[in-house]
Amino acid sequence: MSVMTSNKHSATPTPPSRKRNSLSKGKLPRWAVPATAAGAIIIGAALSTLTGFSVATFAIYSAVLFVLAATVLTAVVEGKRQGRNAMWTYLIYGSFLLALIPLASVLYTVLEKGLPGMSSHFLFTSMNGVTGAVDNQTVADGTPVLGGAYHALMGTLLITLWATVISVPVGMLTAIYLVEYGKNGPLSKAITFFVDVMTGIPSIVAGLFAAAFFGLILGPNARMGIVAAVALSVLMIPTVVRSTEEMLKIVPNELREAAYALGVRRWRTILKVVIPTAISGIASGVTLAIARVIGETAPILVTAGIASQINTNVFANWMSTLPTFIYYQILTPTSPTNIDPSVQRAWAAALLLILMVMALNLGARLIASLFAPKKGR
Amino acid sequence: MAKRIDVNALNVYYSKFLAVEDISINIEPKSVTAFIGPSGCGKSTFLRTLNRMHEVIPGGRVEGEVLLDGDDLYGPGVDPVTVRSQIGMVFQRPNPFPTMSIKDNVLAGVKLNGKKISRSDADSLVEKSLRGANLWNEVKDRLDKPGSGLSGGQQQRLCIARTIAVKPDVILMDEPCSALDPISTLAIEDLINELKSDYTVVIVTHNMQQAARVSDKTAFFNIAGTGKPGKLIEYNETAAIFSNPEQKATEDYVSGRFG
Repeated sequence: MSVMTSNKHSATPTPPSRKRNSLSKGKLPRWAVPATAAGAIIIGAALSTLTGFSVATFAIYSAVLFVLAATVLTAVVEGKRQGRNAMWTYLIYGSFLLALIPLASVLYTVLEKGLPGMSSHFLFTSMNGVTGAVDNQTVADGTPVLGGAYHALMGTLLITLWATVISVPVGMLTAIYLVEYGKNGPLSKAITFFVDVMTGIPSIVAGLFAAAFFGLILGPNARMGIVAAVALSVLMIPTVVRSTEEMLKIVPNELREAAYALGVRRWRTILKVVIPTAISGIASGVTLAIARVIGETAPILVTAGIASQINTNVFANWMSTLPTFIYYQILTPTSPTNIDPSVQRAWAAALLLILMVMALNLGARLIASLFAPKKGR
Repeated sequence: MAKRIDVNALNVYYSKFLAVEDISINIEPKSVTAFIGPSGCGKSTFLRTLNRMHEVIPGGRVEGEVLLDGDDLYGPGVDPVTVRSQIGMVFQRPNPFPTMSIKDNVLAGVKLNGKKISRSDADSLVEKSLRGANLWNEVKDRLDKPGSGLSGGQQQRLCIARTIAVKPDVILMDEPCSALDPISTLAIEDLINELKSDYTVVIVTHNMQQAARVSDKTAFFNIAGTGKPGKLIEYNETAAIFSNPEQKATEDYVSGRFG
């Protein structure tokens, strides 16, 4: 059967002038797909103009036309299987582009609106003393915006640092228990279940928990950086446990056995063989967990409050972080009549936050490659 | 160095499943003993009971006694870690530690245990162990390179060097050549012959020519059927096992008429 159909295909093209490779079937010329794309864009633009031009309809029409045309064209020239392949290929590329749009849009918007407010003054000054009157004066005089996010930057760094200090040991030890000691016992099953539950805790609930917990110990209004750090660590611990667990699981059992066979104790095997082998994955998992909580707003508001002056002591007084700074600048502008300076500060803080998260992600990659088991001869 | 092993009426279990039944065997010091038999007959499982590696597997336990120069490995109060530092093991697949250099791999038994060792002692131990594993000349210029960069055969010899660096009395080898090419296999077999002068060597192998080439005595294990426990069928001088076995099953197996 298959021999017959393939014969039919190779028989359709006009007799070749020189001997053609009997294995190759009809193939679209190289320019065909770009040409189809160009055609689809032109027709898409035309169709879109008919119904009142907009970028969205233009993109949708062009994309649909291109996928249809390219699929049909490939199917006709190269055969049904290649046609199906083309369709899925273009659909997959399409969804990739679609997923990229929000990211690119966010980056563009934040850069566009945040860059004007970004300056060394913004980075190294707090909002202390910057009142509505100052902002009004700035707008009236057209001078650069005063006040910055230094206090919020320090708050973010300190609270996240403390959250990390709390969650990494707890999370890593939990994961070590789950993988190395608990095996599949009832306790490890229970821990796994509760870690999964913890993953789903809304961040505001974590914040309320920390606020209530410290409220019971230290009395009401116990708001300070460390309470926020505890709230964030409630959110971080499950992530750290999960990623560490996955990394420890993929350490080959042979390495543990090799160490045991050398007369190495279990805890030393874990400490010196298992963890070093998995450390790159663990480190990047931890960094991603930090990146996840660094942008939390709600739990910070209920645990650390809001501040406009620099406070580097997490154990006393209220603190701001970048997200709460953004939130407050937008929601309650410093000067209700001239909100532009506040909006500008908020966008600059947003840019700063995105840069920090990006740096963390890059850091995770760097850490992963630094710690990865060395290859080479 | 080089102690004898006497096993008396040993039963090996995985949880409730009896994997190996009623083994009694005497292994002479400074000799090479080969375990042969079909897959699943329990020879690797039995080998792992000789340095208490069997119990690393959840549910793994044994009944009976294993005497190392008269001391019961499974006696009350015996620390498996002590046992394993005296009875080393080389595994089927070479498993050097990926995070360590060649040198650190050799020193792993010392360093992982947190023992202090002076630089000169460490260097001489590395050289001695690598020479003992016939690997020194191939790696002496790249001791600080990762062990995972070596070829499979070299990695296996690195694992042997790592094992002899802790100065065990007995070396157990679980199919050490099954993942290696004939040239590397030959290198390991030559090495086993040399190790015999200092250590008691027990080797599990699927390769009967290998058993015939390297071992002084051979033990044939067999299994009556799936789900049945493996048993020691015959244990004798290697020459006798291969030329004049007493049991019909042994003869069938070594002559290739098995199954």
